[in-house]
Amino acid sequence: MKVIGKKTPRVDGVALATGKPVFTDDVSVADTVFIKILRSPHAHAKIVEIDKSEAMGISGVVTILTHEDFPAHYYTTAGQGYPEPSPRDTRILDSTVRFVGDEVAIVAAETNEIAEKSIEKIIVKYEILPANFEMEKATESSSLHPESGKTGIYNTQKNMASHLEAEIGDAEKAFSESEHIFEGTYSTPFVQHAQIEPHITLTWLDENGRLNVRTATQVPFHVRRIVAEVTNFPISKIRVIKPRIGGGFGGKQEILTETLCSAITLKTGRPARLELTREEEFYATRSRHPQKISLKIGLDENQKITAMTANILENCGAYGPHALTVMSVTAQKLFSIYKMQNFKVVGNAVYTNLPIAAAYRGYGAPQAFFALESLMDEIATELGICPIEFRKKNLFELGDELPIMRALGEGREGFKAFVNSNGLAECMEKGRKLIGWDEFQQSDKNSPIQRGIGVATSAQGSGIAGIDMASAFIKMNEDGSFNLLVGATDLGTGSDTALAQIAAEVLCVAVEKIIVYSSDTDLTPFDTGAYASSTTYVSGGAVKKAAEKVIEQILEQGQKFLNLENVKIENEFVIAETGDKISFKDLCTKSFYTENQMQIMAEASNMSFDSPQPFNATFAIVEVDTETGFVTVGKIVSITDAGKIINPQMSEGQVEGSIPQSLGMVLSEFMTFDENGKMTNTNFDDYHIFTSLDMPEIIVDFVETDEPTAPFGAKAVAEIPINAPAPAVVNAIFNACGVRIRNLPITPEKVMKKKI
Amino acid sequence: MEIRFTLNSIEQSIEITKSQTLFDYLRNSGIKSVKYGCDDGRCGACAVLIDNKAFNSCLILMHTLNGKTVETIENFGGNRELHPLQKQFIDEGAIQCGYCTPGMLISLEALNRENQNPNEDEIKDALAGNLCRCTGYVKPILAAKSTKEHENE
Repeated sequence: MKVIGKKTPRVDGVALATGKPVFTDDVSVADTVFIKILRSPHAHAKIVEIDKSEAMGISGVVTILTHEDFPAHYYTTAGQGYPEPSPRDTRILDSTVRFVGDEVAIVAAETNEIAEKSIEKIIVKYEILPANFEMEKATESSSLHPESGKTGIYNTQKNMASHLEAEIGDAEKAFSESEHIFEGTYSTPFVQHAQIEPHITLTWLDENGRLNVRTATQVPFHVRRIVAEVTNFPISKIRVIKPRIGGGFGGKQEILTETLCSAITLKTGRPARLELTREEEFYATRSRHPQKISLKIGLDENQKITAMTANILENCGAYGPHALTVMSVTAQKLFSIYKMQNFKVVGNAVYTNLPIAAAYRGYGAPQAFFALESLMDEIATELGICPIEFRKKNLFELGDELPIMRALGEGREGFKAFVNSNGLAECMEKGRKLIGWDEFQQSDKNSPIQRGIGVATSAQGSGIAGIDMASAFIKMNEDGSFNLLVGATDLGTGSDTALAQIAAEVLCVAVEKIIVYSSDTDLTPFDTGAYASSTTYVSGGAVKKAAEKVIEQILEQGQKFLNLENVKIENEFVIAETGDKISFKDLCTKSFYTENQMQIMAEASNMSFDSPQPFNATFAIVEVDTETGFVTVGKIVSITDAGKIINPQMSEGQVEGSIPQSLGMVLSEFMTFDENGKMTNTNFDDYHIFTSLDMPEIIVDFVETDEPTAPFGAKAVAEIPINAPAPAVVNAIFNACGVRIRNLPITPEKVMKKKI
Repeated sequence: MEIRFTLNSIEQSIEITKSQTLFDYLRNSGIKSVKYGCDDGRCGACAVLIDNKAFNSCLILMHTLNGKTVETIENFGGNRELHPLQKQFIDEGAIQCGYCTPGMLISLEALNRENQNPNEDEIKDALAGNLCRCTGYVKPILAAKSTKEHENE
């Protein structure tokens, strides 16, 4: 292959490196009004009265909207497949607030400063309602969503947003026949995406009265659909444009600023801008669901897993976007690596009066693998066996069915799935060598600094089977270049470049000949969006199909122009057996202007009932200061089977960037709340994401497999590497000092307490 | 209040208000490479060079700039000729979303002007104030190192 698998710099690299105005906020529209949001100071309250007269009286205030300006229509902010599997429990500005930070009113003013001043002058009378901050007490607490008209909530009275269960075989019977049984309960905290660009939207009405929405989103087509629904404005009159976006990681899979900004533009007729502050990003956007997972594993005398049960409790916060589907991924992934005949999973997602959780890179899998890979390590320790060999002997093999995928889809029944490619055992072997597993020596027992080594594995998916759909359109230009129009959304991952590579490979041209334009609902065809690790696999498949159709047309035109049957493509020429040839340039020019006139162009759609699993094995070396409990990660080796690698450098980048996010979840990132449910660490000092100084040595490598259902054999790489670093570090800490921590984060206090 | 300073090689003489920040001034003057990330100097996305040193422009009040020289990456060469750091950032795959890239380039250029041969620890130190959520800093550090190697060739 000429382009696939080869070093290819980003197609948007120069624009980004030179600071060109490519992000949402880098353009401005004349006459814009600026929006600020009044947020609830209470965790749970009914709005009795809103007096906006003084606030409206401030010079420069254009309008103030509250729940009184909108009908009681319930939707979900989750940008996902339609009809959404998430409960419809959200109103654009509600008469009840359910967490500290919930939206009460929006002010549009001539400047941000005036808008800020104005929101302070809005007088709101609240009737305080009882609030609950503990997921374990959610089912006994007073209902957060008793209103009629809300749909898709599993049990309103018991605050259960969603529920799932699945069983294959008979786990209880298998336990009774097992040689060994191990159990453990593991929990994870709220963590934040902390992408550096906040949520931001600009809206305006164009010369034809159509609503233009320029926004930092991962899901432009879901934005169009949900804005249309919430503002009651026709889809045909809405255009959503996604420029470059400054990171998303799932946080921009939510429709947050778009609906409010659109409402202001539709109300005032003026362009509007809404950018969230960093503080708002922390407590008022979205986060990773805290989960408490209880696992029980049975083994036979050969240390083969016979059965597993899992009980998942998930904290949604005040609303339930992605409540069911995140939990479904947790459940699926618990049964995705190790083969067993019997398993049972039960999950409940519950409401609390805390900030809202939703999609975050890994989407339930990080929680699953923290639990599973911790327990696997505990078992290996108890049985005195090598944790790598123990894992290897329990792996699914090629051709095996993954029964959980049939029993449990994402929000609905699943599809039959088989393991068509699996490089996990090789990943473990490669990592074992690169970390120096067999040579590793622990510190002298008397040393205050204890070194430890750990391993963990994980799996993810490549798109959502039977749900995600993408399309692509390609047209040829008379200089032999091609426009590639895709609905797929590059959120900084480099997917525009990967898709250009796929097109270039099929069209037999250099990547420079592909002009990519993506994510504009007027100009590009539909794509469900950038989530669930779907872009390379699902959107890439669409690009490949479209390019293949274009190649057929080029060959047909070539046959006609050369008047010969047997032709092939070489170096941007159509060449006949006789040696007669015509260049792409001449072929397209002729097609435009002189002979058999036509635009060479094609479109294709793609979806898949498969979602092949990429795999990862991560190894960690840590140092624990046993006098302070302080943990330092010294080295991470991350080996991934993402099928064939389309762009090695960008794939490495995905892995390198996901590691500190996972390490943050173990060591330094967790949202904290006061007794009233108010988040207390809402800045980058108190909520610590890894800096260049915190980074361990990182080694990234791949085990290439060939996934038969994928374009050029490529599986996904965006989410898979975020799962295993956390449990690998947890296992390494145990290896270092014998402290096993089952509830993240790991703080020095917890280490010291456990040590005593 | 009037101040005189140099912005991207051009002398400016402008009227300012007392509370105006350099960040707001730059964004409103069409200098879009400085980015909003946090408001309070913790993320480095709005970094600029002031008299060859890196500062977060959101923390700089305009009235403190009298007689000083301010540079942003718009002054680094742009599309006509890439600055060596820009070239290496592209070549080494150090850019993902690119939102924090201008700030990182500023920090590394400040380091270069102070220290012709920085080692890896000094590069990490220089980037310590630039939060990046995409790259894990691996390739930006690599790009900074390889820029030096290219220059020394």
